[in-house]
Amino acid sequence: MHNKKVSSDIPFYAAMWAAGGMYFILIIALLYADASYTSLENINEALNNKSIRASIWLTMQTCWITAVLSIIVAVPTGYILTRFKFPLKRFFDSIIDIPIVLPPLVIGLSLLILFNQVILFDQSIEELCAAALNSLRSILPNSPIFDLPTGVTYKVPAIILAQFTVSCAFAIRTMRNTFESLDPRQENVALTLGCNRSKAFWKVVLPQASFGIMTAGILAWARALGEFGPILVFAGATRGKTEVLATTVFLEISIGNLEGAVAVSFLMVSAALIVLIMVRLLGSKNRIW
Amino acid sequence: MVSLKNISIKLGAFALDHVSMEIPASKYGVLMGSSGSGKTTILESICGLKKIRSGKIILNEIDVTNLRPGDRHLGYVPQEGVLFSTMTVKDQIAFGPIVRGWKKEDAFERAKELASSLEIEHLLSRKPLGLSGGESQRVALARALASRPNLICLDEPLSALDEDTRDKACSLIKRLHKKEGFTVLHITHSASEAEMMGDLVFRISEGKVISA
Repeated sequence: MHNKKVSSDIPFYAAMWAAGGMYFILIIALLYADASYTSLENINEALNNKSIRASIWLTMQTCWITAVLSIIVAVPTGYILTRFKFPLKRFFDSIIDIPIVLPPLVIGLSLLILFNQVILFDQSIEELCAAALNSLRSILPNSPIFDLPTGVTYKVPAIILAQFTVSCAFAIRTMRNTFESLDPRQENVALTLGCNRSKAFWKVVLPQASFGIMTAGILAWARALGEFGPILVFAGATRGKTEVLATTVFLEISIGNLEGAVAVSFLMVSAALIVLIMVRLLGSKNRIW
Repeated sequence: MVSLKNISIKLGAFALDHVSMEIPASKYGVLMGSSGSGKTTILESICGLKKIRSGKIILNEIDVTNLRPGDRHLGYVPQEGVLFSTMTVKDQIAFGPIVRGWKKEDAFERAKELASSLEIEHLLSRKPLGLSGGESQRVALARALASRPNLICLDEPLSALDEDTRDKACSLIKRLHKKEGFTVLHITHSASEAEMMGDLVFRISEGKVISA
């Protein structure tokens, strides 16, 4: 009886590399297309444009606020989903993932309807928020630092809410994976050593989840940077008021300034690349590729 | 002293009914049984980490059945130690006493004392990553003993160790037990380990605990 010789591994490696390689080449091709359509002059011109600079500044602010809010929500939500059993847990889990699968325009439309058509205490949520912001304005000192918006829809808070609605879902997923990777017996040991649940969480779990938290925050930031659909519908794209980088690209295209649009896109790609490399570095033990 | 009076536990399809057991104060009790027999479940119930359906758990004449784990004043060493990866060995041994309100100097003094007894003084400033199995178990034991609990619960503390390390760990545990006088509940599937370590040996089989 002859034993069959083990067949070569080359076709297997070739197929794996071909699949991944094709996608890699597609992304590189997109980046090359952007880079070849723009120039340093166009990027310089974009950076010197007052509206675009305002858009960059507003984008940075809203992305950071969104990232922080996403972490504040994602950490406890991810923890609940991994550590506790409760009725309808699978349903709760599925609902939280909805912003990941819904078309972005639908999210924006849903936010618009929620704030302007749903009535609570005889007023729309938009009206209630406007009244609350008005009351807050009357209490706070009269200063540019406390220059609060007059409402939510088609204003800066709408940008943050639109970004947050999508980004937070990704942050929750990251935190869920982080907490799942931590041995729950550590918390049990902490409980026997005299901790209550809260102390065990703060002193034992959170320090170990710190890289996961940073990753979740960075991913939320990157996701917020690229968010377009919900912002367009819920916050609008008013130049100088609710314009962020994603909507700047749209506005530049709509006025026929393709070079400007690509220049801004290139800035966004660069920011996204830096962020993604940071995520890899945070996650990698040897801190290289 | 630890006493289980007719405790019943149900976990999904798994159930233990009317389990009773008593280990007098300062004695070394070993609970033996095959994998899946419920040894860890009983241990975790004593620690307050799993709820019991009925019965009582008495520790040092106090009914702790409805008390939280931290209020039962015991020490718990899970399988493989389960050290806190972001804390140094010194910080994690001192963790329990500090949480319970000891002064930091007293807690660290106690950590050094236990580290000396368990021959892990050279590890005090290290984090758990890179510690061997035997070293991790000794750190976990020191952590459990730091706030001077009345009862120590050991979940198969020697199963992951090689023969030489196991013998050394056994003699260290026995020495410490004699010195500190705590009650021990040690669970294992190994008959030789039970014979070597236990003053009293119990066996769990088909949901019942009997003296071996």
